[in-house]
Amino acid sequence: MNMVVCIKQVIDPEAPPASFKIDPSANKVVPPPGVSPVVDPYAEYAVEAALKIKDAQGGKVTAISLGANQLRDIVKKPLAMGADELILLEDEAFDGGDSYSTAYALAMTIKKLGDCDIVFCGREASDWNAGQVGSGIAEILGLPSVTLVKKIDITDGKARIERVTDEGYEVIEVSLPALITVSNEIGEPRYPTIKGIMAAKKKEPLVWKPADIGVEPSQVGAGGRRTKLLKLFQPVREGKCEVIGGESPEDAAANLALKLRESKIL
Amino acid sequence: MAENKGVMIFCEVTGGKLAASAAELLGGGKKLAGDLGQELSAVLVGSGIKNLAQEAITCGADKVYVVDDPLLKDYQTDSYVLVMEKVVKQAMPQIILMGQSAIGRDLAPRLAFRLNTAASLGCLELAIDPKSKLMLQTKPVYGGNAQAVFVCSTFPQIATIRAKAMSPLEPDKSRKGEVVTIDAGLDPSAIKAKVVKKVAEKVEGIRLEDAKVVVSGGRGIGSAEGFKQLEELAGLLKGAVGATRPPCDNEWVPAGAQIGLTGKIVAPELYIAIALSGSSQHMSGCSGSKTIVAINKDAEANIFREARFGVVGDWKKVLPAFTSKLKELLAG
Repeated sequence: MNMVVCIKQVIDPEAPPASFKIDPSANKVVPPPGVSPVVDPYAEYAVEAALKIKDAQGGKVTAISLGANQLRDIVKKPLAMGADELILLEDEAFDGGDSYSTAYALAMTIKKLGDCDIVFCGREASDWNAGQVGSGIAEILGLPSVTLVKKIDITDGKARIERVTDEGYEVIEVSLPALITVSNEIGEPRYPTIKGIMAAKKKEPLVWKPADIGVEPSQVGAGGRRTKLLKLFQPVREGKCEVIGGESPEDAAANLALKLRESKIL
Repeated sequence: MAENKGVMIFCEVTGGKLAASAAELLGGGKKLAGDLGQELSAVLVGSGIKNLAQEAITCGADKVYVVDDPLLKDYQTDSYVLVMEKVVKQAMPQIILMGQSAIGRDLAPRLAFRLNTAASLGCLELAIDPKSKLMLQTKPVYGGNAQAVFVCSTFPQIATIRAKAMSPLEPDKSRKGEVVTIDAGLDPSAIKAKVVKKVAEKVEGIRLEDAKVVVSGGRGIGSAEGFKQLEELAGLLKGAVGATRPPCDNEWVPAGAQIGLTGKIVAPELYIAIALSGSSQHMSGCSGSKTIVAINKDAEANIFREARFGVVGDWKKVLPAFTSKLKELLAG
């Protein structure tokens, strides 16, 4: 089983909301000082999904990450978790892309690798929450896609997949190759073992430029965009909470109940 | 080539009826169509759904495209993308709107890539730019910490809209509209990913999305037993229990209880937030609530910036006293 997982490096979404700042003139997020970036949490679920299949029946897992200034210690995490190879799409030309140009670059990379049974992506990334790159890769490569996936079983070259729906879930059967976007319901990603971390330290990622995947720099990153970001802003919070006190927590609780009754909220 | 014109709503059907999102989108789409001076159309895709066309007209559609075929009984990516591609090529809309549901999130991006255009998923607000006449698409990004306004200059412009972000029109049974039937013309072999089973998770009591009162707990509740106390309060107020992501990931509550950017969106009269910090990701699922009440031991927690009333204290002490006082007040 040959598997590819698309990951990315993002600003830590668990960083305190107060540390979140925007540079309005550049329409960009200012990375919070002193907070290390992380592998996108949704992408980690995708890595976990691929490793579960590798555990069960063997295979090779290749992680691909697109972005600028990728910190090796961060983006090597899939290797430490158990992936076999890491490819970094790293070049100025890949910068400033949208879902379309990102999906295009990733699809061309997967095409170059060839012979892939399953492509995994997170259901969305925690920075732009676009949720389109997976479906986009599938469409460009002409693969069937199953999104929002919580469980995968592979038998005889076919995948039986549970997909999260608004009412519960549905079971989908698809022949391989296929693309899968993974949701958090797949289960917590494994922690890298000491052995895994040591192995990842020794492994050097392949670094590819647009020419390596057979595309023009103008087709990827900002040059390949189909959408324009007009404005990025932080919604204003009103912050007029009336804190209800009391002599004890129990007393405050009773006062809160009274207050809600008086205000005719209850 | 014909010019793209009009606003098209992809209407979801659940349990043989138009989904709540369909009426909301027709309401919001009507405004956009009005601003453009163009017509509003609806698309109904499914099996045995012809009779719903009039309902879409009642909700504001000027024209309804119906694709009715047994092969379309369940939503399947391959068949629905093919059918929508066909409908779009015939109707040539400028804008297509869908709900931010398990269906919309799957269909919108794949259809956009198929049609060589782009989509924005999970929008909160849409408007027509008076100058360019393009659709301004506002959506939460960075887990709700920020919002972004996107514009796409290729047609059709496609967006999915979050639940409750738009308001339905007052249904008007006297409205007239045109119904256009389109043949699915599907080859069954085109369906590569097949739905073989659908499983609905049982919901006891009131559905979270419909509840007037939501009692929500976070990581601080600490256990499934803890959530029993929230259920007691919800039962008393005839409401439903919700949660942030950690209680769902830890299986203290079912996954369906999650409220937030990646969970359900609720907008009840009263939202009682207990032992949850109020992360942007969670707040984007409940910020439309009329009144938010917070119980949290950390006075600096973000939830106090969002709440109207709050008590700073350990929920284990506050909640039982709050529930018993309310019991007394509501009885008297």
